[in-house]
Order: sequence, then C-alpha cells, then structure tokens
Amino acid sequence: MKTVSLTIDGRKIIAEEGTKLLWVALDNGIYIPNLCAIRSSPEPAAACRLCFVEVAGKEAPVTACTETVAEGMVVNTRGKKALRLARSAFELLMASHPVDCAGCPANRSCELQKISGHLKVKLKTKRLRTLLRELPIDDSHPLFTYDPNKCVLCGRCLWVCRQQLGIGVLGFAHRGFQRVVTTFADEPLGQSRCQECGDCIAVCPTGALSFKDSAKPAARAVKI
Amino acid sequence: MKVAEPAAVAVAYNEIKSRAESRWRELANGDKPVIMVGTATCGRAAGALQVLKTLRNEVKKHNLDCPVVEVGCMGHCHAEPIVMIKKPGYPFISYGYVNPVVAERLVKEFLLGDDPCLESVLGALEENDLVPSLADFPRAVYEKKIILQNCGQIDPTDIDHYVARDGYAALARVLQMPPDDDVINEVKKSGLRGRGGAGFPAGQKWHACRSTPPGPRYIICNGDEGDPGAFMDRAILESDPHSVIEGMIIAGYAIGASYGYIYVRAEYPLAVARLEIALRQARKLNLLGKNILGSGFSFHIRLFQGSGAFVCGEATALAASIEGKPGTPRPKPPRMTTEGLFGRPTVVNNVKTLAFVPPIIRNGAAWFTSIGTKDSPGTAVFALAGKIANTGLVEVPMGTTLRQVIFDVGGGIPKGKKFKAVQIGGPSGGCLPESALDLPIDFDSLQDAGAMMGSGGMVVLDEDDCMVEIARYFLEFTQRESCGKCTFCRLGTKQMLAILDDITLGQGKEGDIDTLLQLAEDVKLGSLCGLGKTAPNPVLTTLRYFKDEYEAHITEGRCPALMCRELIAYYILPDKCERSCDACVGTCTVEAITPNKKRIKVIDQEKCVKCNTCLVACPPQYNAVIKLSPPSEVPAAK
Repeated sequence: MKTVSLTIDGRKIIAEEGTKLLWVALDNGIYIPNLCAIRSSPEPAAACRLCFVEVAGKEAPVTACTETVAEGMVVNTRGKKALRLARSAFELLMASHPVDCAGCPANRSCELQKISGHLKVKLKTKRLRTLLRELPIDDSHPLFTYDPNKCVLCGRCLWVCRQQLGIGVLGFAHRGFQRVVTTFADEPLGQSRCQECGDCIAVCPTGALSFKDSAKPAARAVKI
Repeated sequence: MKVAEPAAVAVAYNEIKSRAESRWRELANGDKPVIMVGTATCGRAAGALQVLKTLRNEVKKHNLDCPVVEVGCMGHCHAEPIVMIKKPGYPFISYGYVNPVVAERLVKEFLLGDDPCLESVLGALEENDLVPSLADFPRAVYEKKIILQNCGQIDPTDIDHYVARDGYAALARVLQMPPDDDVINEVKKSGLRGRGGAGFPAGQKWHACRSTPPGPRYIICNGDEGDPGAFMDRAILESDPHSVIEGMIIAGYAIGASYGYIYVRAEYPLAVARLEIALRQARKLNLLGKNILGSGFSFHIRLFQGSGAFVCGEATALAASIEGKPGTPRPKPPRMTTEGLFGRPTVVNNVKTLAFVPPIIRNGAAWFTSIGTKDSPGTAVFALAGKIANTGLVEVPMGTTLRQVIFDVGGGIPKGKKFKAVQIGGPSGGCLPESALDLPIDFDSLQDAGAMMGSGGMVVLDEDDCMVEIARYFLEFTQRESCGKCTFCRLGTKQMLAILDDITLGQGKEGDIDTLLQLAEDVKLGSLCGLGKTAPNPVLTTLRYFKDEYEAHITEGRCPALMCRELIAYYILPDKCERSCDACVGTCTVEAITPNKKRIKVIDQEKCVKCNTCLVACPPQYNAVIKLSPPSEVPAAK
C-alpha cells in the first residue's frame, strides 16, 4: 500500500494514496460535516456541499469528499471561507426543513443536530426565509414512516436499496426544488417491493425515514 | 488505422466537388431566374412557409422555369420572411417582410414583368447601380462572416451546395495529413477558444483527449442551446449543418475517435430534421461512415435528442443523458477528456466551435489569428434580442465593442428610448450598464466586468426595464432549470428568488440586499456545476451596477423603471385628458375609469388591476395616462 503524508488541522496524518480527504479526516477522528458521502460509492455525489475545507495553495475552498489526498497537503477544516460555505449550505438545508425536534423520532440521533452543533449554526435560521414543501407523509408501510419534508436528499437510502441490496425501491424524481426521494410512480411504500430490511432507515441521517414503534437508531448503523 | 492514401482521397474528393460545382453553376450562374426563401425557424415563425407555398404555386401557375429553393437564416431575423431573387439582367436582390401578397407580386411584377418591386427590397446581395446592397448597411462595416458565411446562402438540405462552396475541402485535406498531431497543432496555433461560453482552448482540449491511453474515444457536439433569447446554434444547425458535421469528423480524426454524437434539443425539430438529411447525404457520398474517401479512416455520427433540460448543456450532465441516466452533473475532475461518455475520453465542443474548424483548416491558423484579438482570435456570433431595432444574428470580430454591436450593427434602441443595460451571456451572464459599452467583446474583458461571453445571447434593455425584475426573470429561469442535486443550486437559487420576488412585489425588507449578496457569492463559489456557479451572475451584476434600483424598491416602494406592477399606479393627467374622448373608459377591463363632472376621466385606484390597457388606448395626441411610482404619488381625488 502506497501512502502519503498530509497535515489536517495541524495534525500529521499518514493516509493511503488515492483516498478522498473526507474519509481520511473522519478515520482520524477529525469531523467534517457531511451528508451525501458514501464510502462504497465509486464516485462522490458531492451534492450536500457541507464538507468544504481549505487546502493550502488553493484559493477557493474544496469539498473534502472529492479531493484526493496528496503528499504534503496541508488542510484546514476550520478555515473562514470554508466555514462560511458550509454554514451557508447548512442554513439553506435547514430553511427548507421543518424543525420540530421534540416531536421527531430522530431527535438526538439526527445528524442535522450534530452538524448544527459542529458548525455552531442554529437549527432555525433567521437570515433566510422558511421555504417548506409541505409534501404528504407516506404512512402506508406497517413498520416505518417516510416524511419527505424532512429529507435532505443525501441519497443514502437509494444507495443501500439499489446498490447494496439490488432492490431499488427508492429513487430520485423531479428537478430543482421539487426533487424528491420517492418510489416508481409515487407508489405508496406499503405497496412497493420493499423487503423490510430497514437499512434505509438506519442510514437516513434525519427523521425522514423512521420506524413507527421504536426510537431511531443513530445513523450509519449499517455500513455504507 | 490504415495509413491514409493521399492521392486516393484527393481524387475521390475532386470527383464529388466537380459534380457539386456543376450543379451549383447550373442553379446560381445559369440564365434562368432563381428564388430563395429563408425557411429557418425564424423565417417560419414569421410565415415563410406560406410565402414559399405562394411562390411555388405562382411559379407553377405561370409555367416559369424557376427553381424555388429553401435556404437558412441570413441573420436579418427582424425582416423575416426574407425572399431572395436572382433574375438574369438584375442584381441578386433580397426582399424583407414578405407576405403571400408581396410574394405573388414578386412573381407577377418582377419575374413575369420587369418591375423589381423596389418598395419591398431589403438590399442587394452584390454591388450594383439599382438598389443599395446589404454591404452598404452600417452593420456590414463591422460584420465578418466566417461560420455564418453559408447561412441563408445555400440549401441546407443539399450537400452539393455546401461542397460547391468549399465544403468538405478541409476534411479532404486533413485526411491527407498523417494521423498524428498536425491537425491538433493547427487548431492550437489558431488559438480557437470554445464558443460554448467558457472559452477553453479547443486545441488543448483535443490534445488532452488524444494523449490518453489507446481505446475508444468520443466527440460530442453540444447543441443543447437553452439560454432564453439565444438562437445561434439553432440557426447554424438549420442553415449550414454540414459545416458542423465536417468540423466533427475533423475533430474525430484529430483525437482518434471513430464515434461522435450530436446532442440537439428535441425542441429544435427543424434542426434535427435537417441534420438527419445532412448526415444521410454525407454518408451517401462517403464523407462520413466507413473508410471515408478511401482514407482508411472511419467515423460515425449519431444524433441524440435531448429532452430539454438546460443543465444537459453541462458536459457531464450531457454525457449522463446520452448514457440513459438522469441528466445531472457530476463533480470534476475527472475531466471529460480523461473520463467522459461511457467512462471514455471525450471531447465536448459547442456547435460554433466545430463550425470554426473547417475554415481554420482551409485558410490556415495564421488567417484565423489575424482576425479578432490576441487572446480571443476569430469572430463572435451573437443573437441580438430585446429592445433593439434589428433583432437577428450577427457575427463580428472579437474585440468589437458592445456599443458598435448594439448601435451600429443592431441599429440602436427603437422608439427613441434610452439604453439602460445589455444582458450578455444568457442566464449565466450578467447585465452591463452604459459605462461598459466601450468594452471590447472577448472572453476575458467581459469576465472582468462580471458578465461572460456565454454562448452568444445578447438581450438589450432600455429605460422601461426594471433591473430587479430582469435579475428575477433570469434567476427564475436558472432556478427552474436546476437539476436539484446540490444544495446551493437547489435551495440557494430558490432563496434568492424568494427575496427578489418580495422586492419586486414591494415586500422587500431591510437587509434583503445583504442576504441576497451573501447568498449569491456562496452559490457562485459553492455550487457543484457550471449552472449553479454562474446562476447568480445576473443578480451580482445588477447589484453591482444598479444597486440604487434595488434600494428604491425596498426603501421607497418605488420602481424607477415603472415596471413592477405592485409598485406603480396608473393616473390620468387632468390637463391632458380630452373631454370628448372616451377611449380609456371603453377599454378598461374592470370599469375602473369614470368621467367626472368636467368629463375628465378618473381612475378608481381600488378597482384598477394595472392591466395597462388605458395607457395603450389613450390616443397619442393626448398621452394623458401615465404610470406613477410609488402608487402614493397619485394625487388625492378632489
């Protein structure tokens, strides 16, 4: 295994060549906020725009999930410019996310709460307008509920369902602000080909997918 | 690849060329009259097909030996439908604003009689003593046609017309060159930059693709033109499809690809139809397909119709779309030249970029660099639209100033209105004010001013256009066309639009401008693909040059251009209103206008829906109806 050495937030780190910066940081206990990153995916989605970091020698912040580690790389995860982008992206997500933590099954296991703490950004944004989509909640499945309003479109559930289990009940539909995770022809989940493995619920970082009768486990209980 | 056999290629090409030339001579230099009708989409929209039908009927009725040929767009879209007539003994004359009645007269008076119908003349296509020629128009001083050279001059459905005008000569020459770096070097030396907007050097892109390990490579022609108000690619594909096909084959030869895709929007049915015909004809003459002209080089082109997603003009989304996946962009690198379509090295070039390739090969790189500026050689094609006298397609050398294009080529602002701004580069570009008018048009200077060259849309705005509303309009477009994949583009543009909506509705708050600016900067820096990265440009440039208009909306509730409906009111000036006139009363859609005791008309502001009908209806000799902003400016009724 060829390795490279780099510095993240002042710490010298040895990493496998070709790895993406995000995984190297996370594996070394340095948290960088992220939602859409999937380790087993051959290419990063780079969709959530939360993992911005600053790399010495680069003028603009880069997303850690797309940046391959390089010898001598110097990374600052708390740079001003990077934090501004990450905070802005997080605020945008939260401005379109119904904030009702007390009534949410994901309360305290929610990654949005974790990121909020890390970035020091309030869950309820004052700067932006609240733009909710008010989509119907799919309650049709006996075991779990899908609330598309809480979904941050990270794509993890799609990945486990399609790539890991080969079922592919879920997919993205529509464009722009209307983009949503749904089933083919918006079939209710209770009538879909869902095999009730529950992996999608386990990987969901928010309360969008949650069990009906039990508290939501911390996300990433299933390795993706 | 088999080594090319230069002699065989030249023989095969010359055979095609001489046949085409004799057919062209028969048509253009013969002793019978010829009628040409511009039937590109711009012509059709103005009724060219009826004109064509009338002309054909008339010619048949009078048993005239006169071919009626369909040609593409000449660039004078404001004067469509355009008919050109070449009659022996007369100069080649073009007629503008032709309708079936005029068409009938042209046949009866000009072809049968001897009256060239001077009242309908647009201009002659050659110097003569009878009618002023198009070359004498002010715009001709600045125009330099390279890729529009054939547009409107040849039948795009007849390959012989293209060949007769040196078409495929560049291909024949390239095929006689060894398949190494010669072609790429020529393109590199020419300094040709991508005409899709970003201006990346084409030769460099080709070189990067060619330098990859051996294996299948692809060339894609990007014809997914989607900017509002832009129609350059459409016009070229409809009027001169072979120039793009030839450019593609040459590019294929240069980078070592044997397959190419032309990605055209399905909303361009005429372009698709004409491309299909062109491809068929090129294959028939062995200018495309297996063993082209006996050179041993094979190249195949497939036409792919995009389903109308703006984002599919982005290279990675375009490739995904061809692969049958949702048209969403992916992060770069890997660049398309190393990992593109089906994971293979791919060159994606704009329609115009490829159309420049044959003239560059034919005339040499030195000729090309002699036109335009040092860093942006060649010409730029613009689709002029908006508040401009001569809407249409123009091609000018790089380095021409915006003022020359708008006032000299485009004929300035109609109705004596005052110029306010020019929106250049489509929804990804920016609005430049009067102070920027003397900027030379090239890739770099426009970027410095906050706009971009873009693919060539140029929308001219006058004093009646509200800059906040313009920014809102373009942002609404990009917001609607966002694929929704990344946070900044999906939600950032939505938030920005919400702020702009509020401002134009008179609900703007203090701090909105700051938030808007911060969001615009973040979306520009943080988005995944080019669509998101450039979407804030109209907002950023209007904030930079027209901030006072934003402020007037928010702090005074006033729209300086009197455009935002919620911020204006209609008022009838009592001094100007004519007692005996009732024009506005009758047309008012909601019966909001009533005469007072002195028979002066008064608008009930409660009832008024601001439909603008009264302003239009008020006879010009009175011009008593005016717009006021803010609405509180309306004097209280006595």
